[in-house]
Amino acid sequence: MGDTSISRRTLLTGCCATPVFARTGAAAADEESAQFELPQTGDQLVEVGHEAEAKPLTPQDLGLQDLLLAWAYDPRNKIVRNGSRLNMLLLMRFEPATLGDAERQLAPEGIVAYSAVCTHQQCWVTDWLKSAQVLQCPCHQSQYDLRHSAKVVGGPAPRSLPALPLNVNNGILDIAGPFTGRVGGEQQQGT
Amino acid sequence: MRQSLRTVLMACAAGLVGCMTAPWAAAQQISSYAPVTQQRLENPEAGNWLLYRRTYDGHGFSPLKQINTDNARDLVPVWTFATGVVEGHEAPPMVNNGMMFVTTPGMQVLALDATTGDLIWRYKEKLPADLFQLHPTNRGVAMWGDKLYLATVDAHLIALDAKTGKEVWNTKVGDYQHGEYMTLEPLVVRGKVMVGSSGGEFGVRAYIAAYDADSGKQVWRTYTVPSPEEPGGDSWKSDAWKTGGGSVWITGNYDPKRNLAYWGVGNAAPWPGDLHPGDDLYTSSTIGLNPDTGEIKGHHQYHWNDSWDWDEIRPPVLINMQHNGQTIDALVHPARDGYLWTLQQTDNGIKYISGQPFVYQNAFKSLDPQTGRPTYDPEHKPVSGKEVSFCPSLWGGLDWPSESYSDQTQLLYIPANDNMCGQMLGEKKQLLVGQLWLGADPDSLKLLPRGDHIGELQAWDPATGKRVWTYPFPSQLFASVLTTAGGLVFVGGTNDRMFRAFDAKTGELLWQQKTNSGIVGMPVAYQVGDTEYVAVQSGWGVDAQRIQDSLAKTSMKLDPNAVPQGGVVWVFALRRHR
Ligand code: FES
Repeated sequence: MGDTSISRRTLLTGCCATPVFARTGAAAADEESAQFELPQTGDQLVEVGHEAEAKPLTPQDLGLQDLLLAWAYDPRNKIVRNGSRLNMLLLMRFEPATLGDAERQLAPEGIVAYSAVCTHQQCWVTDWLKSAQVLQCPCHQSQYDLRHSAKVVGGPAPRSLPALPLNVNNGILDIAGPFTGRVGGEQQQGT
Repeated sequence: MRQSLRTVLMACAAGLVGCMTAPWAAAQQISSYAPVTQQRLENPEAGNWLLYRRTYDGHGFSPLKQINTDNARDLVPVWTFATGVVEGHEAPPMVNNGMMFVTTPGMQVLALDATTGDLIWRYKEKLPADLFQLHPTNRGVAMWGDKLYLATVDAHLIALDAKTGKEVWNTKVGDYQHGEYMTLEPLVVRGKVMVGSSGGEFGVRAYIAAYDADSGKQVWRTYTVPSPEEPGGDSWKSDAWKTGGGSVWITGNYDPKRNLAYWGVGNAAPWPGDLHPGDDLYTSSTIGLNPDTGEIKGHHQYHWNDSWDWDEIRPPVLINMQHNGQTIDALVHPARDGYLWTLQQTDNGIKYISGQPFVYQNAFKSLDPQTGRPTYDPEHKPVSGKEVSFCPSLWGGLDWPSESYSDQTQLLYIPANDNMCGQMLGEKKQLLVGQLWLGADPDSLKLLPRGDHIGELQAWDPATGKRVWTYPFPSQLFASVLTTAGGLVFVGGTNDRMFRAFDAKTGELLWQQKTNSGIVGMPVAYQVGDTEYVAVQSGWGVDAQRIQDSLAKTSMKLDPNAVPQGGVVWVFALRRHR
């Protein structure tokens, strides 16, 4: 592979349905379905591309205005919830004082978490525009204001990115509750 | 005169239209259907539209002339049909003996009575819940025998029964989770259904593949980016070929004489050229391949080491024309790189004849007189780590919408975008499969308009290399062109929602109609009974909207929300035939 890419194998472990541990029978089936589950309360977080190490993220892993892509991680059963691309999360750290009141409640130390799946056509939203201080979707340039509930401030996206409340427990980031809205886009199917 | 299916049945029986068999017994119940054969594809009846550009040579020309320069002002809408979906409606309404087949974004095919607009059947299926769509569109169904062929955005090829819309087979072609998807109308030659893979912006290694029309089994697959062991593989100077792009997303043309299917190949991935050193065959090229085996028999690369996102995705138009006192089998391509290229088919492959810019272009310094290979101005060639401006923009002089060649005027009509330059800062980034991978700093991507207008409908004489007329539009022009033997050129593509007819000889605007949305679709002409119709989908979206969004951020200050979305099939005829 070229030096700008990681191998398909690595990437497959990065996303979508390669079990972390080889198991058989019902245990394997349970594990696979757990991989597809949306983030659960109490789950920790691991960085996309570092699933094998499964090192839970801490607030120190994010500098100010760092963007980090993550999966939820079930620490009890050691399962990374990367079965579906719809499970991808994005984390960013802001000065807490710059966050809206609602966000500050969900964002320990100014760290916000949202679904990374664009509400337009489900591309992963990953481009932080420093100039405009918005998160932009690379596919059709929808723009979200992460300091204010990821509300849409430009482009075709019909609604905000759902937020995921976070906690810090024993120095580790974990998930404090369910998404604030439905994950995913508006897949049109004809009428 | 407006006709019903029953009238059409009678007209077929009387031999007035090109019916192979009586097509139907009663509306909504199609008892028989005129099968599509190789003979019909090579010599289509004047009243039908059986291929993406009606004929294998890609002219997009209809020999119908009831609607003509004398009466075009009497065109009126005959019927409309709302598709029920938004995003870009790019497909030509395909017509076989009074039955029309229209595809829309999503996974939908509509079969309509071409005279009344009555729905005969509707095919719609759910797309996968985790699908992501960079290009939510579809460009039409192909026809063979009594089946239709739909290439889907989740990378399946589906055969439908043309009479009922029921699925006959469904074959997985690629993996959408890896960024492979399909938006093109397939090309059928002698029972082989050819498709290509999109995904150049997701780091795929793309291909053209052929499937047996009856069984859905793959017959061959040819990668448009060769491996190091294959011919052309040494044009990649690193491992970048593994994720090199070369996507294929517009229907090819076909030359029955040489049994060669001509396909256009997309850009190299990611965009900045230093990230994939080498010429990078067959990106930004035309390739000619044998439709029976998939073997590549010839190619011409318009520009090496693509760095601008200039897919050369449309196949060249096949034209018999005079050159140096001889009739040659020319391949003419108004390119995304902004040059109008003329090539020649020979028994030894493809030969370069000429190239000249049809819009302002600042990336090429010169062309090799023998081969047409350009030399570049490094100031205007994107690389990683440097902000570079270039003309035309990444949408090119002409993106995917089709030009048209009139067999009557022997002129080529190009829906061009001039005076629209672009800017990018190249950036080396790791590929994450399923994530867009442009190799550009998103903050840096901008359009730079210049001059007093952008869109131009241009008429060129390919034999002399001279431009004959130009009709300017204030902002972008983004739709395919239709020409007819009525001396007319039809095109939509502007953000004022108009559909227009021009005099093909003079460029005079003869008629226009405001529609529900903007038109990015391909117009067609067809006849049922004694009436000629012109049909087009209006349904703005995808690239035309992206340009609108980008121009909104420039001194032009376009309103990004100026054009409402939502698709409608429009059908026009002369007032007296209404
Ligand atoms: S998928 Fe994000 S803007 Fe379209």
